[in-house]
Amino acid sequence: MEEGAVLSQAVKESAEAYAVIHEKFGDAVSAFDANPTMPFFEVLDVALWQKIALFMRDHPRLRFNYMACLSGVDYPAEEKVGIVCNLESLGELNHRIAVKVRCARTGGSIPTVSCVWHTANWHEREAYDMYGMVFAGHPDLRRILCPEDWEGYPLLKDYKVQETYHGVKVPY
Amino acid sequence: MKELDTAGQGSIRVTRKSGNVVVLEKDLATEQMVLAMGPQHPSTHGVLKLECLTDGEVVTEAEPYLGYLHRCFEKHCENVDYPGIVPYTDRMDYLAGMNSEFAFCVAVEKLLDVEIPRRVEFIRVIVAELNRIASHLVAIGTYAIDLGAFTPFLFCFRDREHILSLLEWASGARMLYNYIWIGGLAYDVPADFPRRLKEFVDYFRPKTRELFKLLTENEIFVKRTKGIGIMPADVAINYGWSGPMLRGSGVKWDLRRNDPYSVYPELDFDVPVPDGKFSEIGDCLSRHLVRAIEMEESLNIIDQCLEKMPSSEGFDPRAAIPKRIRPKAGEVYGRAENPRGELGFYIMSDGKSTKPLRCKARSSCFVNLSAMKDLSRGQLIPDLVAIIGSIDIVLGEVDR
Repeated sequence: MEEGAVLSQAVKESAEAYAVIHEKFGDAVSAFDANPTMPFFEVLDVALWQKIALFMRDHPRLRFNYMACLSGVDYPAEEKVGIVCNLESLGELNHRIAVKVRCARTGGSIPTVSCVWHTANWHEREAYDMYGMVFAGHPDLRRILCPEDWEGYPLLKDYKVQETYHGVKVPY
Repeated sequence: MKELDTAGQGSIRVTRKSGNVVVLEKDLATEQMVLAMGPQHPSTHGVLKLECLTDGEVVTEAEPYLGYLHRCFEKHCENVDYPGIVPYTDRMDYLAGMNSEFAFCVAVEKLLDVEIPRRVEFIRVIVAELNRIASHLVAIGTYAIDLGAFTPFLFCFRDREHILSLLEWASGARMLYNYIWIGGLAYDVPADFPRRLKEFVDYFRPKTRELFKLLTENEIFVKRTKGIGIMPADVAINYGWSGPMLRGSGVKWDLRRNDPYSVYPELDFDVPVPDGKFSEIGDCLSRHLVRAIEMEESLNIIDQCLEKMPSSEGFDPRAAIPKRIRPKAGEVYGRAENPRGELGFYIMSDGKSTKPLRCKARSSCFVNLSAMKDLSRGQLIPDLVAIIGSIDIVLGEVDR
């Protein structure tokens, strides 16, 4: 059971990091989900997300200097879309944690963190491209993978592809 | 339609007008000129467009445009079952298919309770390292061609051909393998494979030195790459760089060591980082150097795997593959060290379906490329070519 022991060690480190964040922000963050595959917490007060991100990056006991991934996610049952950020303290404290932020499915907005981690710039553009949530304060929020004039947001679960694009039939 | 004015820091403005017409507005000074590099340009290694704002021969701003090869891999994933995704991962980074499959299988296996047979693990590492060498050979060969040296390219592709035939022999395909399956392998390696592999390793080891003499220590090459496109370590981390790009900036970070998976903890290998004597830390030459040295380390890994690999007696590569792959409900972010950096998969499973609810690919060169705007500011146009080459992008993975 050596692997199990290693795994729980990683989760313990994430829990310690979470405790620091919880101490500072209290009810703005949800309880810690200590699952072994991807321990995470959710930011409940979306308006504070940028502040929390900056705190996570700069606090000496957190030092999450590396954003490994930012994925958009659709939650159709709850009428929400959101992002999942996998953060890591690269080369410093070597712990990891995931953060979830969610907003309304139509017309929702999440504060950008591209000013905290440069990586987030293109990842947020991609999430906007695929899910349509707006990242408030993003310096260059344009579609990145789809063409500028594409209609709809492809990764939403109820997405219907447009019939024609510039006179070309789209579904094949 | 909503006016989306997204004037960035530069003077290329994008304004969305009514209807489907997109108008690019640029307020240019008299001495400025917009130069479009790509989407069809030999040095962009695929279909990447760089819109450069130039002042004479100096690039003041370069804006990358991507998506020409976008196939929405992630939408496909939500519509096929887990084993069906594996061939799609090949088509992302088509120069390192084995590594992409490896990363995806590592991610899914974290959600499944399967024990992978040891021989499977060693074969996986062998083919992944072989593919890493092949990928670095393409990176180095095409980089040489970008900078005007034709011969190293031929040398690299000659040696890569040996690797491709080895992998073809094992998997039946030259580039798009579908060889590493979730929980196992498609086939065992052929009986004579270890012997031929050993032959290749012995043949290739001197060739890496030859490549050093031919290219890395070549004065013209050094002059074109040294001190160009310098990226400090902290900025590189903030940009999310990984792989040879990050190590080129002097950060000793390798997922095979720092977030170990498979049998890598048992293997002895170095993580090369530049020491600043031959190159300036963080420049194009450093990134090239890391790739060149990494090939030798991969050879060491293969050597050790051949020694430690259990015999094929009574071995069934598909023994541990579950009949129906239906991971338990939950989320996972699994990743592996690709030739280009960290390839991660964020997978969300509802525990009922055989298809993922969400599967996001965190592409290493997508992230590495995002620093292009910063890297290109104030560079000469010929140096821009050197910088793009050193990022080693594969547009199949950038656009997915």
